[in-house]
Amino acid sequence: MSDNKQTNRLTGGQIDTSRSLRFSFDGKNYAGHPGDTLASALLANNVRLMGRSFKYHRPRGVLGSGSEEPNALVELRSGARQEPNTRATTAELFDGLEAKSQNRFPSLKFDAMAINDRFSNFLTAGFYYKTFMWPAAFWEKLYEPIIRKAAGLGSLSLQDDPDEYDKGFLHCDLLIIGGGPAGLAAALRAGRAGAQVILADEDYVFGGRLNAETHEIGGETGPAWTAAAMAELDAMPNVRCMARTSVLGAFDHGIYSAVERVSDHLAVPSKGKPRQILWRIYSKRALVCAGAIERPIAFENNDRPGIMLASAMRAYANRWAVTAAPRVAVFTNNDDGHRTAVDLLAKGVKVTAVIDTRADAPRIADCELLAGAQVIDTAGRLGLNYVKIQQADGSERTIECGALGVSGGWNPNVHMTCHQRGRPVWNDAIAAFVPGDTGTPGMSVAGAAQGDFSTASALQTGSDKAAAALHDLGIDAPTIELPQAEDTPVNLQPFWYVKHGKGRAWLDQQNDVTVKDVKLAHQENFRSVEHLKRYTTLGMATDQGKTSNMGGLAIMAELAGKSIPEVGTTMFRPPYTPVPMGTMGGRARGKHFHPVRETPSHKYSTENNATFVEVGNWLRAQWFTKPGETHWRETVDREVNAVRGSVGVCDVTTLGKIDIQGTDAAQFLNKVYANAFAKLAVGKTRYGLMLREDGIAMDDGTTARLAEDQFVMTTTTANAVNVYRHLEFVRQCLFPDMDVQLISTTEAWAQYAVAGPNSRKLLQKIVDPEFDISNEGFEFMACREITVCGGLRARLFRISFSGELAYEIAVPTRYGDALFRKIMEAGQEFDVVPYGTEALGVMRIEKGHAAGNELNGTTTALNLGMGRMVSKKKDSIGSTLSEREGLNEPDALMLVGFKPVNNADKVTAGGHLMTKGTPKDAEHDQGYITSAAFSPSLNSSIGLGFLKDGGNRLGEVMILTTPLTGADVEVEVVSAHFVDPEGERLRA
Amino acid sequence: MIINHPLLGPRDAQEFTFLGDASLIDRPDWEAEDAAEKFYEYAYLRDNPAGLHRELWFHETGDRSWLVVTRNTLTHEITDVEMASDVARSKGRSK
Repeated sequence: MSDNKQTNRLTGGQIDTSRSLRFSFDGKNYAGHPGDTLASALLANNVRLMGRSFKYHRPRGVLGSGSEEPNALVELRSGARQEPNTRATTAELFDGLEAKSQNRFPSLKFDAMAINDRFSNFLTAGFYYKTFMWPAAFWEKLYEPIIRKAAGLGSLSLQDDPDEYDKGFLHCDLLIIGGGPAGLAAALRAGRAGAQVILADEDYVFGGRLNAETHEIGGETGPAWTAAAMAELDAMPNVRCMARTSVLGAFDHGIYSAVERVSDHLAVPSKGKPRQILWRIYSKRALVCAGAIERPIAFENNDRPGIMLASAMRAYANRWAVTAAPRVAVFTNNDDGHRTAVDLLAKGVKVTAVIDTRADAPRIADCELLAGAQVIDTAGRLGLNYVKIQQADGSERTIECGALGVSGGWNPNVHMTCHQRGRPVWNDAIAAFVPGDTGTPGMSVAGAAQGDFSTASALQTGSDKAAAALHDLGIDAPTIELPQAEDTPVNLQPFWYVKHGKGRAWLDQQNDVTVKDVKLAHQENFRSVEHLKRYTTLGMATDQGKTSNMGGLAIMAELAGKSIPEVGTTMFRPPYTPVPMGTMGGRARGKHFHPVRETPSHKYSTENNATFVEVGNWLRAQWFTKPGETHWRETVDREVNAVRGSVGVCDVTTLGKIDIQGTDAAQFLNKVYANAFAKLAVGKTRYGLMLREDGIAMDDGTTARLAEDQFVMTTTTANAVNVYRHLEFVRQCLFPDMDVQLISTTEAWAQYAVAGPNSRKLLQKIVDPEFDISNEGFEFMACREITVCGGLRARLFRISFSGELAYEIAVPTRYGDALFRKIMEAGQEFDVVPYGTEALGVMRIEKGHAAGNELNGTTTALNLGMGRMVSKKKDSIGSTLSEREGLNEPDALMLVGFKPVNNADKVTAGGHLMTKGTPKDAEHDQGYITSAAFSPSLNSSIGLGFLKDGGNRLGEVMILTTPLTGADVEVEVVSAHFVDPEGERLRA
Repeated sequence: MIINHPLLGPRDAQEFTFLGDASLIDRPDWEAEDAAEKFYEYAYLRDNPAGLHRELWFHETGDRSWLVVTRNTLTHEITDVEMASDVARSKGRSK
């Protein structure tokens, strides 16, 4: 049972009074009807107080009736579906809806933080900038948490969102943004012409203001005409009508984004349906029929619950059959405001007065008219009780009303026309900005959005602009018959704010910006609109100033002695209305955030207790823990010793593999590698160093010549994509006539390193016997296409990263798992071990091989100790610039090894090298450590690094300093080849 | 943005990777007298026009063509899209 009756409910409207929906607000139960928004249902239940303002915690009620709403922000639902900062004016009522007010403590009616309101003299424009400046360290620890708590909006549930969000793509000839009279007329004309049309409206019913007004259209009510139009459009297969869909932004080349709230109006999404969909709409033409938004007039204490836009008051009465109070008044500067009085009177609501700032205001409504009068103050603690007015003759009086409808005229909704840097232009007739050059090819504007405020002109311009847009596309859209509709001219006298008294008059109600704040900003010389906005935060709240910006501009113009168009507007940027982060993320959540690439040995590795490391999207086995091992170092040391002592196997599939074929393939490799490749014999593999054009090392790897016109290149795991892109650039952009073709085969081949003194013996059990892989038959750096396991095609490369006798064997990926298991089985007699990337890394450091840490984007071939590899006899990418003087100084950094003098000390990667006795500063820096590891082979910590003139400093003892940890260690400069410097093992 | 691929028709720009100024096609002759100076200019000097700009885009998640896209940097209007290999040939590049 609801605690309250719907005392403010009127008759009529587009609500289904035959059914009741229960809902709660701040724990109290109420009832509404299907068709209600949360805001209309609360008003029906005589609840005007719906929130607290951002800064001063002032009590606030609804200002508007749609997405422009600045005040009535609420939290919806509870538990994991709790959703902050939702506008009560757009939240569709459903049975069981739970809503809570926010930004109040402990309760909406008594908010302790309302004390801020008493200190408002201190909390003026620029308050944050002026106050929370010093000391800097206080910001993060003290100021920010307090400000966030005090001035926050809604709160998050901190639980995973249980709903799904999706992304979708749509294409159309004509996208119509807004389904009011202009949009409907446009859709009818384009739809009947057979064009592919998308009609999107943020509301859950189409019709726009036709739902909120009492004007007849074609002899019918607005909703009845709309229903007939929608029935026709819904039946057209070429028209897609999307309700609850807000177009958010206009992007390049006719692309628009939109969010469709598929399930927000349901307690829980239907099975298989997402909560929301983020659409990307590819349109050939777009027609903005976004209507207009009424603007308020600022006056003292104009923020009391019950004071709202006159258009909203009218919409609540006509569409939702609700009045905010039994007794209302209207404050206006134009004829349109009077319609609110007329409509509410017609609904039986007592209208105490129409207060019109114009001395010559016409009498339109059958109630008291106070022409030339202004509202100068209001009263009522948590809701409006009466307004105080100054009459034309200067006398003051009070008028009793529980709600006041305010109209300062209408602003065309130009938002979407400005996303591509279009700037609106001023139209004096309606005292408002209208779209200028939108800067958006393919976009046109119709109806109230371009300042044509009457229903008749909306219908006419909507129809005409649709036809013009289609004409551009070569589609002929015949004229359609438009219904008879009201064609009332605009009659308005600009009036922005009441100049009276010293109290506060609110412009931006969500961010608590007052007329005074704008004056202060001007006084403190923040006079450009962009400065005004940021200094006062005017228009920076979640409503983006839809109802407040114009007032601020008008006041700034007055203070600066300029016209409003001279002052100009701030930029409008997407999104038009706030979008949940979950919608932006779509399905890219959790494990779907990015794809996972598993190696062919992944299953085996999982079964054998591997710890994995992410390398790009790859998951690679880092080490394989055996029972009883308590520390990863113990595991890695065992793996290294096993390889160096017998044999181990490691999955190296992740290295990039590029198949290069064609009669010019060798010539091509000569271009992309700094060292020579043209004369590489078939059946041989060579290490290659690739430079960038600026002479810096880009990548390295081995390339095998399988045939006269076929090579297989390997790249580092991290650079596989970049290298491929680079090779295609060289092929297509630099040498377009070379006969060479490239394809990435990284995922086509499972490739394993089999390393260790027993690796040949192990492989001889797997490689089919017709292939001689003895040391003589298959020498170091040989490669061959072979078969294994009785006929399975494979490739064998005798290459070594570990420094041991080693091979890499590749089979088609689908046999990868089987081959790995086969190797492990065949290797049992040699105690073969699987080893991970960590042992791989330790062994390459022991061997002095450069890897990603050394090819770090700042190092040259010379730095890497490979200066002589850069052939001067041929042209290759980077060869010319690698010869630059600055890259070839006599004391250039050289890759060398480091060992601690005291065996217990550690070499730390990232540490810098200092000559003994010199100050530890950048000026005396001698180099740095790039890679470090504990070497089980040497039983010592070791490192690789770049040292000035390193090649000539072997034996020198230096200080390795790590300012981050404060550790200083004595290290000796040694050869980078810690293990088997002569390379005897790999040739064994 | 939409790039009108000469072979594949209009494709979303998300399918492409951007490299930069199409002048990267004009790689200097390594044997020229002033090769060092020319390579320096090639590698480091770029125009930054407000207006039409010819630039290289790679159809990475598509057919792996390099394209020369003529784009207005002020409006993002794309006025021409060519195969980079055709542009390279027209500039005398071959093997």
